[in-house]
Amino acid sequence: MAGERPAVAIDTLDECDRRIINALQGDFPLSDEPYREAAESLGLSETELLARLKRMLDERVLTRFGPMFQIERMGGRFVLAAMQVPEADFNRVADLVNSFPEVAHNYRREHAFNMWFVLATEKPEGIADAVARIEAATGIGVAAFPKEREYFVEMKLDA
Amino acid sequence: MPDSIDRQIIVATQAGLPLVSRPYDALADRLGIGAEEVKARLRAMLEAGVVRRIGAVPNHYALGYTANGMSVWDVGDDRIDELGETVGKLSFVTHCYRRPRRLPDWPYNLFAMVHGKTRTEVEGGCAIIRELLGTACRAGDVLYSTRILKKTGLRIQD
Repeated sequence: MAGERPAVAIDTLDECDRRIINALQGDFPLSDEPYREAAESLGLSETELLARLKRMLDERVLTRFGPMFQIERMGGRFVLAAMQVPEADFNRVADLVNSFPEVAHNYRREHAFNMWFVLATEKPEGIADAVARIEAATGIGVAAFPKEREYFVEMKLDA
Repeated sequence: MPDSIDRQIIVATQAGLPLVSRPYDALADRLGIGAEEVKARLRAMLEAGVVRRIGAVPNHYALGYTANGMSVWDVGDDRIDELGETVGKLSFVTHCYRRPRRLPDWPYNLFAMVHGKTRTEVEGGCAIIRELLGTACRAGDVLYSTRILKKTGLRIQD
C-alpha cells in the first residue's frame, strides 16, 4: 500500500456527475426504490443514475456509496496516533504499520511526527493493544491522540 | 447498542449499498430477513447516530481537494471549548477536535482539518483560524499530508 496514489479523476467529471455528488452526500431515501427517487429529484432516470454511480465508484471518484457508520456508537474506538519515523526507514515502517488491520488510514505528513494514522477497533481496549504491538513491531514509540471532544465532523465537499 | 442483526446489516453494507433498483430487498434476501426490517433498522441506526448518513462518499483528491492541512493549535484550556465550537463552524474546516497535548514534543490541543484545492487556499483558511483564536492561542502549525499510505476505513469482521 505504501506509495499508492489516489486517482485524480476531476477531469472526467461532467456537470451531471457533480450534481449527483453534491446532492447525494446524505439523505439517501430508505424506500423501496431509493435510486429511482433520488434520480427523479435530479431529473435523471434510475438507469442513468445507477450507471453514473457505478462509473464513479470504478474510477474511485467515490470511495463508497452507502451508510457511513460511527464506530463509537457501536462501542468501538477511533484514535489518531503519530510516530517520528527516521526518514531512511520510512517505507519499511510504513509497510509494517499498514499491515495491522486496526490501521484504517495512514498519512505521511511534513513534521518531526511524520506518520499519522487512525486506529479503529471494535472494542475500546483494542487500541492500547494495537499501540503496544505496533511499538513492538517497529521499535518506535507511538503517541496516541484520542479525541477529548468533537466540535465538528462533516466531510461533505462541493464537487 | 446495535444487536446481532444490526451487525449483520453493518457487515453487509460497510463496503456499500447494492447498485440495484431495490437495494434494501437485495440486502434482505441476503440476510434472510424482510426488507421492511432492513429499512427500519437502518432508520433506527440513523436516529441513534450509529449511521452518520447514507449516500455518496467522495474521494476528496478526485474532486480536486489535493491540499490537506492538519492545522494544530495550542489554545488555553479555559477557552478551548468555546473557540473549538467557533472554529468548527468555518466552512473549510471538515473535522475539529480537542486532543491531549504530548509535552514536550507536542504542545497542541486543538486540531482542525482544512481541505483546499491549493496550499494557498489552505493557508488562507489557517490565517482566519489564527485570527479567530486571538490571544488564547500560544502557538500553531500546519501539517500537510504528502502521501496517503493507507486508506481502507473501518472494517468490522463477519
